Amino acid sequence: MTGHAADAPTGDLDIPNYPQPRSQGCPFAPAADIRALAAEQPIRRIRFWDGSTPWLVTGPDELRTLLTDPRVSADDRKPGVPQWSPAEAAESKTRPATYLNTDGPEQTRYRRMVARSLSFKNANALRPVIQQHTDDCIDAMLAGPSPVDVVPALALPVPTLTICALLGVPYEDHAVFQRNAAIGLDRNSPVDDAQRAMAEIFDYVREFVRREMEHPTGADTICAEIAEQVSAGAITFDTGTFMAASVLGGGFETTANMIALGTLAFLQNPDQAAIVRDTDDPSVIANAVEEMLRYLAVAHASKCRVALEDIDIAGHTIRAGEGIVQGYPYANWDATAFPDPERLDVVRAERNHLAFGTGPHSCIGQQLARVELQVVYSTLLRRIPTLQLATTMDRLQFKNDTRAYGVYALPITW
Amino acid sequence: MKVIAHQDKCVAAGQCAMLAPNVFDQRDEDGVVVLLDETPDESQNVQVHQAAAACPARAIAIEDGTTT
Repeated sequence: MTGHAADAPTGDLDIPNYPQPRSQGCPFAPAADIRALAAEQPIRRIRFWDGSTPWLVTGPDELRTLLTDPRVSADDRKPGVPQWSPAEAAESKTRPATYLNTDGPEQTRYRRMVARSLSFKNANALRPVIQQHTDDCIDAMLAGPSPVDVVPALALPVPTLTICALLGVPYEDHAVFQRNAAIGLDRNSPVDDAQRAMAEIFDYVREFVRREMEHPTGADTICAEIAEQVSAGAITFDTGTFMAASVLGGGFETTANMIALGTLAFLQNPDQAAIVRDTDDPSVIANAVEEMLRYLAVAHASKCRVALEDIDIAGHTIRAGEGIVQGYPYANWDATAFPDPERLDVVRAERNHLAFGTGPHSCIGQQLARVELQVVYSTLLRRIPTLQLATTMDRLQFKNDTRAYGVYALPITW
Repeated sequence: MKVIAHQDKCVAAGQCAMLAPNVFDQRDEDGVVVLLDETPDESQNVQVHQAAAACPARAIAIEDGTTT
């Protein structure tokens, strides 16, 4: 940018459109144009699909500062929070209060009702079950025809089986909510279709919460816990249902994308795959997962924020009422925080990535996701050491327009 | 080293229990941080600092130095 342009009043032409797709030739890297801008300054205005010009924050330090600032709100029932699609914009205004769209003590109260089931201890207690699901999927892959698509064969079923058991909904219904999540989370879906898809997931989950309220099973599931809270008058039926539906959606979609895209990243980086395959040390596998989370940062369109008051940061003032967009993939590729960010380095010492966000809204399922990825990556690489891509990179289709980035299909052979 | 865990700020993300399991745990009923050892010895130094840095809610404070 020239000095002249910087001194001029904010010209509309200087504001880049956002989001921008990752490049087909370099599908792991955040979009090059925005990356170049992020290298210049940690915060800048961008232009959204609706013409609004919220602030994009790409600096890791600035993200940590803003996301723990009580003057920054995630309540998108109020105006000002940028929305990723017309459907989301319409939906957000009618949603019940949950830990996703409240702030402060109210948010804490909602979040803790669900957090218990997703603690570090509980996630790790599920490790043997996740291992069994993973082995079953890989057994089926090896017994079936080759090539096979990793997405339906492994990436979707492992996290879906796990989250269904945690919630207390039958895995047999997975086609219903997987299909609806795919429609509801795609920015290009017609508004009516997206809203109908989201309503179907909501209605589906509501039925299980209702059953638990009418005939409590005492099961140790999130639906049972929520039903208990609703029956006790601690939360409304809608709030409880929406929280359970969010756990369901968040529970398989993002992890499935990490599994498939991470598999591709390992195939493209055989030396890094070898480190994970050849180790017996769980801490090496855990570190590799943190690096894959940093490198892929699939949560590229997470819930945005709004400033409640004027906030001075990095030489700019975010005015009260202005939107804030978190550029997590760009923060995870910040060269100051992560030297040689374009290198997948599974033994990298820097682990403090922002793939799960930060602040009170940081991913509630992050410990479960970690265990799932640790088990799936290490088991897949060990059990199929001759794993290879059964197509060429240029034929793969990437999910640039969905809430979580990923690959639609990943044919592999061995 | 003295460790303070602010339970009111905790968002139950589990980072501390993952990074420094000898010092931090999460309550069974709601996932909120529980301090297992308020004055961990030197061997825990690195992990405790990692846990404090990784806490998404900035709920962990460390007082280094003479406090025993």
